[in-house]
Amino acid sequence: MSDIVKKATRESYGEALAEIGEKYPQVVVLDADLAGATKTATFKKKYPDRFIDCGIAEANMIDVAAGLAACGKIPFASSFAMFAAGRAYEQVRNGVGYPHLNVKIGASHAGISVGEDGATHQCNEDIALMRTIPGMVVLSPSDDVETKAAVRAAAEYVGPVYIRTSRYSAPIINTDPNYKFEIGKGILIKDGKDITIVATGIMVAEAKTAAEALEKDGISARVINIHTIKPIDREMIIKAAKETGAIVTVEEHSIIGGLGEAVAAVTADECPVKVKKIGVTDSFGYSAPASVILKDFGLCAENIAAEAKKLFNNK
Amino acid sequence: MDKNKRKQLEITACKIRMSIIDEIYYAKSGHPGGSLSMTDILTYLYFEEMKTDPKDPSWADRDRFVLSKGHCAPALYAALAHKGFFPVEYLKTLRKPGSFLQGHPDKKGTPGVEVTSGSLGQGVSAATGIALAGKLDNKDYRVYAVLGDGEIEEGQVWEAAMFAAHKKLDNLCIVVDNNGLQIDGKITEVCSPCPIPEKFAAFGFYTIVINAHDFDEIEAAFKKAREVKGKPTAIIALSTKGKGVSFMEDQVSWHGAAPNDEQYAQAMEELSKHLEEISK
Repeated sequence: MSDIVKKATRESYGEALAEIGEKYPQVVVLDADLAGATKTATFKKKYPDRFIDCGIAEANMIDVAAGLAACGKIPFASSFAMFAAGRAYEQVRNGVGYPHLNVKIGASHAGISVGEDGATHQCNEDIALMRTIPGMVVLSPSDDVETKAAVRAAAEYVGPVYIRTSRYSAPIINTDPNYKFEIGKGILIKDGKDITIVATGIMVAEAKTAAEALEKDGISARVINIHTIKPIDREMIIKAAKETGAIVTVEEHSIIGGLGEAVAAVTADECPVKVKKIGVTDSFGYSAPASVILKDFGLCAENIAAEAKKLFNNK
Repeated sequence: MDKNKRKQLEITACKIRMSIIDEIYYAKSGHPGGSLSMTDILTYLYFEEMKTDPKDPSWADRDRFVLSKGHCAPALYAALAHKGFFPVEYLKTLRKPGSFLQGHPDKKGTPGVEVTSGSLGQGVSAATGIALAGKLDNKDYRVYAVLGDGEIEEGQVWEAAMFAAHKKLDNLCIVVDNNGLQIDGKITEVCSPCPIPEKFAAFGFYTIVINAHDFDEIEAAFKKAREVKGKPTAIIALSTKGKGVSFMEDQVSWHGAAPNDEQYAQAMEELSKHLEEISK
């Protein structure tokens, strides 16, 4: 296992911004005094004149980004998920979503894997908040490769996009040379016929490991990476529901309003099957190393495999 | 100010006030008090101060206006219609299904509306972003934003003020329509934002206090704002809520209420008489 390369997706976000700066001269990056943590400092170093530090004032930052977008800029407004989606929710909803402005929101430090900073900074609600905004694209990439692809796709796409990244070092899993990122299209990580595991963000790697373990127990698990929570890949989910008959969803987010409910909404509409949601239950996190707290909430390969097995036996 | 110019501005302002009453009467809801208190400021901006082209609303070099106190949309819509952005007759569709004249400004569908606003405190931040874009692009357009005096109780206004001053946005001029009233009563009694000019000065603005209904003072203030370099300007415009309609003046109950048939007739009669007098 030691040869697996790991990288926090926030790092990839910063690097990707610096990479796209040349192709998109309209790109400007805003931050709220967290450039060192969100990694926008990587962009700032290369393009100091196109980096705007707004200070600790996220509400203002989002609407400043809206004003910049109204003048043809492509602003990437960056902060922790808690503040970008949480504190500034209404600015995102009314200032960006309603006028459908070309603002990209780069939200790092999402989920409980923030770890030691504790519950105030562990945002488990951002996917739920962002997916209710009409016209908002919600991206939740799984690793370094996918985060960079997501940033490029967001810059290319005209309209509001939310990009969720993590502080946690995630294994790089999208190593297939034919890897292709398309907004709204899920990625089949592994085929299978007995059950499907749908995962997003840094949980995709865990789902993959769980599927490998299930294989040894004679259960053929399909693994789908949903990097775009909205618009969600309905086709891929319905096909999986029809062909495997049961779905386990895995997200480092509240099970209320997140990936699990988005998937269940699709299956309920067109192909009702059992959907077991693994995620943060109706509770707050706490200070602990990420690996400890993830395990506690069942966000690890062992628990995913156990839940999948249970569901397979009861489907 | 030249007598004729003043007369023309007063006539235009009176016509805009009549349109505001019309709009809200036909919509059966809306915000007349604050629309009438900012009418003279808005008239001066659209008919003297700002470079705009009603035939080309998205002309790159235009000056930009942001109505941060978005509930006063009837005033903005009336100014845009009288300026020629869309027909004056269209004003009667305010708040009606299918109309682009939404209860609060919607930039997507309305010619001349630069920023979607209505959630207080947000417009001024967007105006700041537009001013910053002007600086980044070396454009010489100016950005104007009107805020309510109750609106500045929103913390975001001060986030924006700090940012605008820090970025030395001298292309930004904000106007506080200081009519002294908000929904729950006098601003000094609800949760006082006073002293207003001192606050903006402390945040790094050049501040000017004027009578919001005196075109000489309005002109002098906007002229001065153009000359100020290295910092944004805040004009604190002391106004009368409901200005121009006797029974609406200084009455908090007219913050967000539509006139009934009788009140409509009286308001229009008062304004028509005033128009007749100033047109002589």
